[in-house]
Formats: sequence, C-alpha cells, structure tokens
Amino acid sequence: MAEAISDVQQPAEPVIDCHIKELWYGTFKAVRDTHVPIRKNAITAFIGPSGCGKSTVLRCLNRMNDLVRGFRFEGHVHFRGHDIYGRHVDPVAVRRHIGMVFQQPNPFATSIFNNVAFGLRLNGFKGEKMPRVEEALKRAALWDEVKDKLGKSGLSLSGGQQQRLCIARAIATEPAVLLMDEPCSALDPIATRKIEELMLELKSRYTIAIVTHNLQQALRVADETGFLYVDTTQGGRTGYLVEFGRSKQIFEAPQQKYTQDYIRGEFS
Amino acid sequence: MTTLPTSVSGPLADVDFAELEKSLQRPRTLINAALDVVVTAMTVLALIPLFSVVWMLAVRGGKKLSLAVLTQLPPAPLEAGGGFGNALLGTLVIVGLAALWTVPFGILNAVYLAQAKPEDRLATGVRFATKVLTGFPSILAGVFAYGAVVLLTGGFSALAGAVAISILMLPVVVLTAEDAIRAVPARMKEAAAGMGATEAQTVWMVLLPTALPGILTGVMLAVARAAGETAPLIFTALFSNYWLSSHGQIHLMQPTASLAVLIYNFAGMPFDNQIELAWAAALVLVLIVLALNIAGQALSRRLPE
Repeated sequence: MAEAISDVQQPAEPVIDCHIKELWYGTFKAVRDTHVPIRKNAITAFIGPSGCGKSTVLRCLNRMNDLVRGFRFEGHVHFRGHDIYGRHVDPVAVRRHIGMVFQQPNPFATSIFNNVAFGLRLNGFKGEKMPRVEEALKRAALWDEVKDKLGKSGLSLSGGQQQRLCIARAIATEPAVLLMDEPCSALDPIATRKIEELMLELKSRYTIAIVTHNLQQALRVADETGFLYVDTTQGGRTGYLVEFGRSKQIFEAPQQKYTQDYIRGEFS
Repeated sequence: MTTLPTSVSGPLADVDFAELEKSLQRPRTLINAALDVVVTAMTVLALIPLFSVVWMLAVRGGKKLSLAVLTQLPPAPLEAGGGFGNALLGTLVIVGLAALWTVPFGILNAVYLAQAKPEDRLATGVRFATKVLTGFPSILAGVFAYGAVVLLTGGFSALAGAVAISILMLPVVVLTAEDAIRAVPARMKEAAAGMGATEAQTVWMVLLPTALPGILTGVMLAVARAAGETAPLIFTALFSNYWLSSHGQIHLMQPTASLAVLIYNFAGMPFDNQIELAWAAALVLVLIVLALNIAGQALSRRLPE
C-alpha cells in the first residue's frame, strides 16, 4: 500500500482550513491551538491517544459539536474560504455539504433503499431516486451484495455492510467533504480492509478526513496526518496539535519528541 | 508462580463434596423450594379473577351472541329478541372520535417531552401533570365534560362523551409515546443530524417512524381503556334506544348509546331478555378490549433493538 502515500501530487489548496484557538465543553477546555488544513481529494488522518480531542476536532468541521450542550468555540473553520462559524451560517446546511460517518454503524430502521435515499428526501430531491441510490451503493462497493434486497431493513446487514451503507447514505447527496470518526473500530479486519480500499477509491471524488486509533491504518490510507496529544500541565486534559505533515514524514521522521514516542510505542 | 499445581492443594483441597449434594434437608434448598411454591401459587391466584370473569361471560353471554344481537336495536321491556347494535356503533364512534384528536395531540406532546425540550420547566410540569392524570377518577372526567360540553351545547351527545373519554386516553398516549421516542437509539438521531436533517426532519423522518410500534401500543392501550369506561359516559353521552345515524347521516349532537352504559342499564332491569343482552354485551366489550390489548402487545414486540 505504499503508493497510497505518494508524494507526486502537489498539495492543493485546502478545502477546509481549521483554526481552533480554544474549544470548550462547559468549563472543560477540550482542545487548544490546533490548526489543520484539509486538502482537496486527499485523505487527512487525525491520530493520538484517547481523550486527545481528535474526534472533537473532526466534529468541529461540520458543526456536530453544536449539538453538545455547553459547547463554545474560539477560532474559525474556513470551508472554501467561508467561515462556517460565521454569524449567519446555519449549521444544518453546513452538514449537508460536509457529511459524516460514525464509529458505530448507524443505519436507520428502514429499508436499504430508504437509508440511501434519506439525504435525497432531506434535500427535497424530486427526480428519480433509484439511479442515485444505485450510484451511491456502487461507489460504496455495496451494490452487488444488496441489489436483490433493497427493500430489506438496513439493520439486517452485517456490521461491515452497515458501515458501507452509511457511507453510501453519506455520499448519495454528493457532499464536498466526508468526515469519518473511527469508521473501522467496530469492524473485523476483513471489513476494515474493505472500508480502507473504499476510502482510497473515494478520494478521487471527495475529500476525506478520518479519525483513527489504528496507526497502520493512517499510514496505509492517509496522505497527511495530524498528531494530537493531551496537555495536562494546566490542570485539565486539553488536547492540542503536536505535529502535522505528510503521513510518510510523520511516521518515518517525526520532528517532535511526543510524536516519536507515540509512534515508536505503538509500533514496538 | 510459573509452575501449575499438579495435585489439588490450597483452598480447593478443603471442599467437602458431600456438602454440594442437593437435598431438601438443607435450609437453603428448603427455603428456595418453599418460595418457589409460594410465588407460583400467587401467580395462579392472580389469574383466577381474570379467567373466572372471562369464563362466566363466555358461558352466560356466549349463548345469546349472534349476528342479530350485534345489529339490532334494544328491545322494549317484555319484548323478545332485539340486540345492542346501536350501543356497539356508539362505543366505536365515541372512542374513535376521542382517538381522532387525542392521538395526534398526544404524540406531538410526547415529541416535546422526549425530543424538543425534554428538560425545561414546561416539560417537567407537563410530565408531572400527565402522570397525575393517569390516576384521574374517570367520573370526574365525566363531570368536567358535562360542565364544559353538555351544559354549553345544551344536551347530551357523542361529542361530549368523546371529550370525557379523551381526558382519560391522553396520559396513556403521551407517556407511552414519550417512552417510545426516547427508546430510539441516540446514534440514529446523530446519523440524521450528520446528514444535515433539521430537528423537525429528524422527528418526522427518523424518530416517529422508528418509534411507531411503541406509539401504536400506547394508542391500543388507551383505546382499550376508554372503550370500557362507563361513569364518564353516563354524564355525557347518556343513552339512546335508537341509532346514532339516520338517513345516512351521523348525528354527533344527540344522546348516544354505548356498550358500557347499556350493560349498566340492562343489568339492573327485572327482565330476563335485557339481562341476557347485558351479558352478551359484556362479552363483546371484553373481547374488544382483549383484542386491542393483544394487538398492542404484538406491536410492542416489534420494537427495534
């Protein structure tokens, strides 16, 4: 899988430019000083120990954190040059362009077809839904397995299939960016490999940001990687970005001592 | 530490295997067996009233039951034959009318309690009031509807009966629907939010469809409870010996018969025919309630994991 981290293509202009100065949940300062660019048609991975705020950073990118009570944010997140935390921005509309795949596969308790068509219905799509559903399922590499049972419940599929169904659901509305929060942590190695191959397929069309606690996975799929760590010196447990760069560089020649320790510890 | 013990030694060596034998002479097995018997006996005892009532109704009401009884008007005193068709229709209309506005109203109420503002003061207050309403004496619901509808409209009517009944249905619908909506897994709500669904879209497209079996269970239980109520109907719908409809039109603003009130009226009459009809009507009422309860149970078993 070494070709996944080829250095040939020049980094494009970031689709999302995320500058977190401080991020709070109530009185708990969860993340500070984290600047990450998410580049177009690339996979950007966030790695780091548990509780370092990598999921929080990811959920910042489509304003999912707005659903958490007491959430406060200082900084800005530019999506194609516009601040999605701007005063007149509707977080609901943001999420229609920046889709999300979650840790636990979470299909709705309805048919496979309706799961994929959900986003189309949300957006008041009036045309023929079937071609769009088929297209999304094909891109999610699930079509061949479900084409004869589109009317069956999404919950009847295996865990790996459910996760690919969730990916199909997310891409059916053609979002610009796909955020994936540990999408493989509930899956077995074979299903994980399928999702990884799928991510590499999808990046030609979408921009992907992924949180993973599997370092090999980051190395296998990500073009760029950010390492977050927990700062306990100020009393709390505040996550911050230690190092960001090409995945190859982060894994083979990390510049920061924390990154070196973490990557060496995980590999040995 | 690294070598495993080759023979049994240490704590295991002290086990007296005779002690492991099951015997009723030991207090622990004896108490266990005795409690088993007590619990089983109590369970059977609790079933006796239900089964004896159903048995009694089947025997005494069953022999009178026929299509004619279900479709004919009540007989005059000393007249033979007749039935309670108008009362059956009246019960269905009154309960249906009550469900017509109680179900949507109750479900929207539950959406507020479970999803929209689950913890604000209004929700806390409404939830408390709804629980109080669960134990509300049904005769007071009748008196309320008498004051609010009968006196206002100038007469007893199916509409007034439906108002009284809906007060009794509402808490059951609200509380079971709230539970059903809360039971929808949080990850489904998150999925909807992640797709860019507004809260209204999440409720309409995810929460309500997923919670539907549970909501319907509550509706069934509420309707079942309402169908058997007598006291509130005596104050509101009263009774009638005639059909609710005439010339193809349904008249909701006139006194209306219902099964429960018919049983109450006929059971006290000194005429054999009326008393037998009361038994048959009681059997029909119990069968309706039973069917609704079984339907509710079947639906609740289909809840998503």
